[in-house]
Amino acid sequence: MIDITRLENPYGDDKVFDACGIFGMMDTTGTRFSGHDVVTGLVNQTERGNGLGSGYAIYGCYPEHADCYAFHVMFTNPGNRPQVEARLKSEFVLVHAEEVPHHPTPELHDAPLIWRYFLRVDEQHPMVALLGELEYVVSRVMEINIAGMGAYIYSSGKNMGSFKGVGFPQQIADYFGVADYEGYIWTAHNRFPTNTPGWWGGAHPFGLLDWTVVHNGEISSYGANRRFLEMQGYHCTMTTDTEVMAYAADFLMRRHALPIELALKVLAPPLWDDIERMAPEEQALMRTVRQIYGGLLMNGPFTIILAHAGEMIGLTDRLRLRPIVAATSGSRLFVSSEEASIRLVQQDLDRVWSPVGGEPVIGRLGQPLSAVPAPPVARQQQPLPVGQL
Amino acid sequence: MASMETATLEIDATGLHYRQLNTQLREAVNRDGIPSIAIHNVYGQRYLGTDLHQPVEIHIHGTPGNDLGSFMDGPRIVVHGNAQDGCGNTMNEGEVIIHGRAGDVTGHSMRGGKIWVRDDVGYRVGIHMKAYQDKRPIIIIGGTAQHFLGEYMAGGVLMVLGLSLRPGEHHTASYIGTGMHGGTMYIRGELADHQLGKGVGRVPLDEADEHLIADLVHRYAAHFDRDAAEILDGSFIKLVPLSLRPYGRLYAY
Repeated sequence: MIDITRLENPYGDDKVFDACGIFGMMDTTGTRFSGHDVVTGLVNQTERGNGLGSGYAIYGCYPEHADCYAFHVMFTNPGNRPQVEARLKSEFVLVHAEEVPHHPTPELHDAPLIWRYFLRVDEQHPMVALLGELEYVVSRVMEINIAGMGAYIYSSGKNMGSFKGVGFPQQIADYFGVADYEGYIWTAHNRFPTNTPGWWGGAHPFGLLDWTVVHNGEISSYGANRRFLEMQGYHCTMTTDTEVMAYAADFLMRRHALPIELALKVLAPPLWDDIERMAPEEQALMRTVRQIYGGLLMNGPFTIILAHAGEMIGLTDRLRLRPIVAATSGSRLFVSSEEASIRLVQQDLDRVWSPVGGEPVIGRLGQPLSAVPAPPVARQQQPLPVGQL
Repeated sequence: MASMETATLEIDATGLHYRQLNTQLREAVNRDGIPSIAIHNVYGQRYLGTDLHQPVEIHIHGTPGNDLGSFMDGPRIVVHGNAQDGCGNTMNEGEVIIHGRAGDVTGHSMRGGKIWVRDDVGYRVGIHMKAYQDKRPIIIIGGTAQHFLGEYMAGGVLMVLGLSLRPGEHHTASYIGTGMHGGTMYIRGELADHQLGKGVGRVPLDEADEHLIADLVHRYAAHFDRDAAEILDGSFIKLVPLSLRPYGRLYAY
């Protein structure tokens, strides 16, 4: 037998060490910036993925249509586009439609047709009066996604958009030219699919209205979470566990109007042991949250970056089974799987820390980052400048 | 080769993939026997220090990637910056000195050698570190640690000095030593009982402990320019496993 290992891999290190990688950047003043640094940061973690998915969510990228819902629609069956468009026109006021600009890249395979539609809701529409505008939009998204037309609305917020596909971070960035867009929040993902197929719709970010999520890890409670959400009218169509996280965010914060800090306690609640040591009022609140929303507890290892208009949130599971590093520099907040990615794009950092499991890092538009709490363990002395011994 | 022994090889890691950088290190150390190397502009390159078989001191400027010094067998690495996750994974011999903080699972399954961290560390530091005969890995953390410190620890020494805590602040780590069945932890400062994992107990320091603590603190102080006497003025808690087989009843039948 000829040992071909060394021929195919002269480094002899062909064990797969991948994990997903995530990277997020926000300017809390709302100043928009290009995707250049975001792509640089994510590409520096290329090692964490295997080319089966990457994507970027950009907030503030459609100022010319800021008051329109920007639907990004992936057509796995391009022949159905006229039918889908007719439906969108009957349900919304279509302001503008175009194919999402892209640059053909030979390395990328099976790229679906992707169009974007800028839509307004007709307030006189009887269904809008019945459901309310946001619920109306969500129900249209869900119905088209399950209609069997091979059309998937994977981005549906105002003045934001997700750009994703099957490829490495640099390939997907080049394909959509994401570095040419500008936004004040960027979240980005580099995928190593574990339990579910690598297809264009299954790449991250996942989103509904303007909530998006990028995720490193796996949601072992997916079945329970999906059942809970399906009873509330959500439909899981992207065949990837992370999808439930986006719908859970929509359910908890839009439909049930929970404050974000409490909603995050639903996703990653304190352990019963810790609850027992809390003050009585807090204990009662946490017990209530765990009882009412037990079906949305996200079990399993995860680090996520959630975002919606005006906020970017980093969160890990309660036991922090996936890595997270947060950092601030002036008005900029960074959340990343690896510190090196942050330092590569921003040399002068004010703070670098790893929040404990279940404790969110929240960047808010207009709120100074010095107000973001960091536990004692966050503090560090500045490392010596590069080159100084 | 005589002139080589005083020269330091300078490597600019800008844009280098970890495979290229580690290939350069292997050639410089294993083939050319260069004893002193400085690597600049390191941004996340992994596995630095792995598979090097000659005595060498490597200074890393920047942020080395995951699994720094994994399976390392002898070199001395000085990091001028922070280390990411998995530093010293299954390390066998040598030293890593980090002028900054280190991430999760530092010293994962470590078998020998020493890791010195000036500041804080992340989760599960020292997870399943082990000792055998003359092999006794040691991790010294200048700051404080996050949860699951010394999880499944099977041998060696973990020391936490708490120097990053302000007056009145305490270590916040919980589940310390969960599943621990060997080795010793020395924690400078206070711990509440609920912070300890099941099966871990406090025992009084004996003379050998005092000697080991003093020796390690003096060396920590020398590495990072701190006052050893001031550190030794604090009180140390010694933690050991109460059972050598904490899960014996769970899995045996």
